[in-house]
Amino acid sequence: MKKIDFLVAGVGGQGTILASDILAEVGMKAGYDAKKSDVLGLAVRGGSVLSHVRWGTKVASPVNRKGRIDYLLGFEPLEALRGAEFLQPQSSALVNMQQVPPVSVSSGEEHYPTRKEIEQVLEAATEKVWFVEATREAVRLGSSKVTNVVMLGAFSTLLEVPVEVWEEVILSRVPPKHVQLNRAAFTAGRELIQGA
Amino acid sequence: MLSGNEAIARGAYEAGIQVATGYPGTPSSEILETVSRQYGKAIYAEWSTNEKVAMDAAAGAAYSGRRSMVTTKEVGMNVLADSLMYTVYTGIEAGLIVVTADDPGMFSSQSEQDNRWYARLAKLPLLEPADSQEAKDFVVQGISLSESFDTPVLLRTTMRVSHSKSVVSLGKRAEVPDKVGPFVRNQEKYVCTAMWAKKRHPVVEQRLRELAQYAESSPFNRIEWGERSLGIITSGITYTYAREVFPTASILKLGMSFPLSKRLIHSFAGQVKKVVVIEELDPFLEEQIRAMQIEVVGKDVFPPCDELLPDKIYTIAVNAGFLNEDKGTKPAVPSPTVLPPRSPVLCPGCPHRSTFYLLNKLKVPVAGDIGCYNLGCLPPFNAQHTMGCMGASIGVLHGMAIAGVPERAVATIGDSTFFHSGMPALANMVHNQSRGVVILMDNGTTAMTGHQDNPGTAWSLHGKGVPHIEFKPLLHAMGVEKVVEVNAFDVAEVEAGLKECLEYDGPSVLITKGLCVFISRDPQPSHIVDTDTCVACGECFKLGCPAIVKSDEHNRKTAKAKASIDPILCTGCDICRQVCPTGAIHPPMQTERSKT
Repeated sequence: MKKIDFLVAGVGGQGTILASDILAEVGMKAGYDAKKSDVLGLAVRGGSVLSHVRWGTKVASPVNRKGRIDYLLGFEPLEALRGAEFLQPQSSALVNMQQVPPVSVSSGEEHYPTRKEIEQVLEAATEKVWFVEATREAVRLGSSKVTNVVMLGAFSTLLEVPVEVWEEVILSRVPPKHVQLNRAAFTAGRELIQGA
Repeated sequence: MLSGNEAIARGAYEAGIQVATGYPGTPSSEILETVSRQYGKAIYAEWSTNEKVAMDAAAGAAYSGRRSMVTTKEVGMNVLADSLMYTVYTGIEAGLIVVTADDPGMFSSQSEQDNRWYARLAKLPLLEPADSQEAKDFVVQGISLSESFDTPVLLRTTMRVSHSKSVVSLGKRAEVPDKVGPFVRNQEKYVCTAMWAKKRHPVVEQRLRELAQYAESSPFNRIEWGERSLGIITSGITYTYAREVFPTASILKLGMSFPLSKRLIHSFAGQVKKVVVIEELDPFLEEQIRAMQIEVVGKDVFPPCDELLPDKIYTIAVNAGFLNEDKGTKPAVPSPTVLPPRSPVLCPGCPHRSTFYLLNKLKVPVAGDIGCYNLGCLPPFNAQHTMGCMGASIGVLHGMAIAGVPERAVATIGDSTFFHSGMPALANMVHNQSRGVVILMDNGTTAMTGHQDNPGTAWSLHGKGVPHIEFKPLLHAMGVEKVVEVNAFDVAEVEAGLKECLEYDGPSVLITKGLCVFISRDPQPSHIVDTDTCVACGECFKLGCPAIVKSDEHNRKTAKAKASIDPILCTGCDICRQVCPTGAIHPPMQTERSKT
């Protein structure tokens, strides 16, 4: 089986760790060896969170190398930019456009990159970039907390793994009372890409 | 799939461990949390007051015939070390494993120390797993090693082992007795008084020789033969990086990295053209291998600082000429130039905010400590001027006093850190008639490491309703005459208390009580800014609250941005309302009333 490397970039509280856990498990269920590594800050809210996920016949390092990943999942545009150096021309990037400004920006000291700047950096890195409004979609469904599952739904359209595997893993990882919401979020995510 | 820490917890279960102790600290905390959550029926688990207490408790349990485990983060090992040293002399009745989770890259530690040296210092076997499967297996095999050689065993992970997940195949729990017999009275072994300890030292040395013999054929170490032009000696997570970067090289992977298997290393080195030692941080393996008269490439090219990730190993190896450049892949874009940083900040609703706002205002020198409140050193507060290790703040404050610093100085310390190692320092201040203000920031939890319990909380790893220690009577009993307790969310009360303590000529303690926002889970409706009343004075920005942002409206005279409050982030803690000089900030109800 060929190797597939992923980078998941977001902000603490966005559910990126769960999303990357699910991604790793989907790989395992699809027959790959899988490893993942999270880099997170203190237990305080709102730090950068970067997760490496790797699928392959036999994965050695849990950490990706720059310029070698296949997919970037950006849960937040600024964090997607931080992960851009891991991209290569053949990579694909899926980026949620919901901004979470850091305190350095909200306090007025720093400038958040404009949408144009974000698009320029990512589109210079690879032609295959999808910008989605996953958080907006999640809020429409009832809770911004399912942003991660909307993202996974959208992302699932880019991989050749059966939808049932995704749904099985996702639904096994969410509380029973939220199964309907998460199922809807996954479907809505798929439509973001397929309907585009 | 399990993380390294979850795998260690699983290993404890399978190894038949019955007692697990520790003090929380990144990246080790999830081990005991998993033990308690998943295997709590089979294993007694507790958060001890500090790592040394945890080690003594595990030693006592191992003396009593229970297989035991202690967990600590890298720097907690220094606290634990005093007790580790005697257990190597005494040995144990049942297996004892010490887990240290090191932090190359300093993601959440004050130094980048390499705890493998402790194995050499204390003279005990050292195991270094490379992934979750090994993390689990090494605990099981480590307990068996511990019992075979009558010694504690050190298992060392790093953040990448502890916090990475990989596939693990599970085993069954070893059968262990439900009950233990009477305590073994073997004074010559378990009493480390000089006359008996002197007889134990040769035992320790002999054991080390036997362990070295065992290492030669131990399943912990293995050779993966590839091309013979390059032979890499490595251990732990670095093995996985080396395997990635050098897919065709021969690799000697040391799972047991002390004592070294010298014959195996000689044999490996003799069969390859060039030996390269790849290890994160210190030249721990390298120096011992060089001492065996083997020529190696090591720290002459690989730096001792920071993580040694695959990209770094690759670049260094290419530059040093023992790896060909891989022309196929290159980053599509260089690292984007300057992106706004996302530094950690005190959460919205944090009880520490009022104290740092006031410390910044009063401009007093502050000795800081380990906890979320260390964020007080950052802008906009800039209100911590030293920070070294757990419990250091009170001793440093005392040092300022005896040095004769002309200002009244302050120490900040959290509830858990105070129990951990602040109490002896405060007793010292009382005994030596020092002066200075200790601010005991009691947020009702060990927050920074993930909200664990401590002796001041009414819950423990076992559950709710445990007796907890009240600070006020404790401090009075310790001889502190000036103790003032205030509500951390009442800025005026904190200010008055702080001033009262600063005026006192002696050691004083100001207890700022206010629950961590993760513990109280009691968000109030978010506050709002009346932009007509806001004059853009900027006072509320001095609180460094992520919920207070600059609005698009400006004061026409000063052109400064007015404030606005993010309704999603705000928890309604009310601190900003209290510091606003113009009364522009209100809870929502009040604003509506004032409009009618």
